[in-house]
Amino acid sequence: MEIFQMEFMQRAFIVAVLISVITPMIGNVIVLKRLSAIGDALSHSGLAGVTIGLCVGINPVLSAVIVSVLAALTIEYIRRGFSDYSELATAIVLSFGVGLAAVFSGFVKNAATLNSFMFGSIVAISDFEMWTVVLLSITVIVAFMLMYRELFYVTFDEEGAALSGVPVKTVNLIFTVLTAIVVSVASRTVGVLVISSLMVVPVACAMLVSKSYKQNIIFSVIFAFFFTVTGLIITAFYDIKPGGTIVLIGIGVLLVLLLVRKRR
Amino acid sequence: MSVAVLEVKNLSFSYPDKSILHRLSFEVEKGDFLCIVGTNGTGKSTLLKLILNRLSPTEGEIKLFGELSYKFKDCKKIAYVSQKATDFNAGFPATVEEIVSLGLYSRRGLFKGYSREDKAKVKDALERVGMYDYHNRLIGRLSGGQQQRVFIAKALVSDPEIIFLDEPTVGIDVKAVDSICCLLGELNRAGLTIVMVTHDISSILYHSNKVLVLSEDGMGEIMSSEDFNSGTIFSHVHHTH
Ligand SMILES: Nc1ncnc2c1ncn2[C@@H]1O[C@H](COP(=O)(O)OP(=O)(O)O)[C@@H](O)[C@H]1O
Ligand SMILES: [Mg+2]
Repeated sequence: MEIFQMEFMQRAFIVAVLISVITPMIGNVIVLKRLSAIGDALSHSGLAGVTIGLCVGINPVLSAVIVSVLAALTIEYIRRGFSDYSELATAIVLSFGVGLAAVFSGFVKNAATLNSFMFGSIVAISDFEMWTVVLLSITVIVAFMLMYRELFYVTFDEEGAALSGVPVKTVNLIFTVLTAIVVSVASRTVGVLVISSLMVVPVACAMLVSKSYKQNIIFSVIFAFFFTVTGLIITAFYDIKPGGTIVLIGIGVLLVLLLVRKRR
Repeated sequence: MSVAVLEVKNLSFSYPDKSILHRLSFEVEKGDFLCIVGTNGTGKSTLLKLILNRLSPTEGEIKLFGELSYKFKDCKKIAYVSQKATDFNAGFPATVEEIVSLGLYSRRGLFKGYSREDKAKVKDALERVGMYDYHNRLIGRLSGGQQQRVFIAKALVSDPEIIFLDEPTVGIDVKAVDSICCLLGELNRAGLTIVMVTHDISSILYHSNKVLVLSEDGMGEIMSSEDFNSGTIFSHVHHTH
């Protein structure tokens, strides 16, 4: 019993640390590009992927990654066709994801598993899933570091970036795929329904205190790490859902920061 | 024989629902300071976007450094300060130094880091526009005029041969306008070729050598600044009588 506890906490901790690093990295670009809705669209597509995976009997994290990536590519594709309606693209994909998830959830035999994806459950993580998370997280971190300047430039000024020779379309495409990966990976721990909050809230907190773009990324990672770890510890002591707890802690900190800033 | 830095020949352009430019021709040579004037909506910004290959001409051709603009890949030779440069999200958490260093991308290219030498270049560009004291400030916390200087520094940092500016002096106070115009004049005298869309007559009077006047029917007329100035004074006199 004791050993099981240890192992489960270790796994949970590794996954939590990775998630809290990759989610705000992606979140920075999403928030600063004012595309927060994309997180929602992709996470709901991820949920569709989970339900499909559970029905068909393949690993739900993998099927979530596949469906989210497809959803991300669709958003990019629609966005190119109607550049003035990127919100529409996001809304269409979100609705489609919800629709698919709703239909397939009817065929999922084990409702508890589906529930664990919607609200997040670290207990449900298997060894294989942990390694999937590790591998995908490393991919995301490496890609993000390599494209640091490109992403920064495209986020700040897409036209200027294009004129300076940044391959804007490719960068946007890779980024959307990375977002899809992060969303599906994180859905396991914090749950599909709160993943987009975890992308946005730490970044919002960081924006209140940081004094540069680099600091903003570092601080958002620190905030996310703090929210996730405190959330996990609280969850371990009281039997509550980690996803919701993590986000509520984040919102609490954000409110405090806003108040402190007002005071000054 | 010297090759024109920019050569526009018989350029016409229409948006799907609207014809904008009609058979426009002009040249910019090395060391020129060209001002583009015209009332709102005559297509000044559109013209810059055509030159920078963000839009494709309906007819005619554009050459940069003797090469057709859609084939031109030597990004570091040109720099652009867009009309919407200062129109970014004011809460964007980036320092002046970080923004200016983005301008180095055209020299550095894909996946390259930021070296010590780059840092020196950024410092130099900021000093040229008189903004080095602000290098650690958040860009959103500066005044419009200061932001515009930072964007000029971002354009200068890659050491371009020609710089395009779209109404860099709109929405900033008179003193800041003057100092930006003087700065551009100085840069021009130091050898930089400048193409600027502007409504500011004094910069035309004191700093530019050529003027392109776009009219509502999409036609354009290129003239020397002296001719333009005697023309405007004439029409001014004409108006008051
Ligand atoms: N993307 C577009 N699609 C259709 N019409 C446009 C577009 N952009 C600008 N226009 C129109 O083209 C005209 C010229 O615009 P612009 O080049 O921005 O003018 P200026 O910079 O001289 O004020 C305007 O009447 C504007 O309404
Ligand atoms: Mg304009």
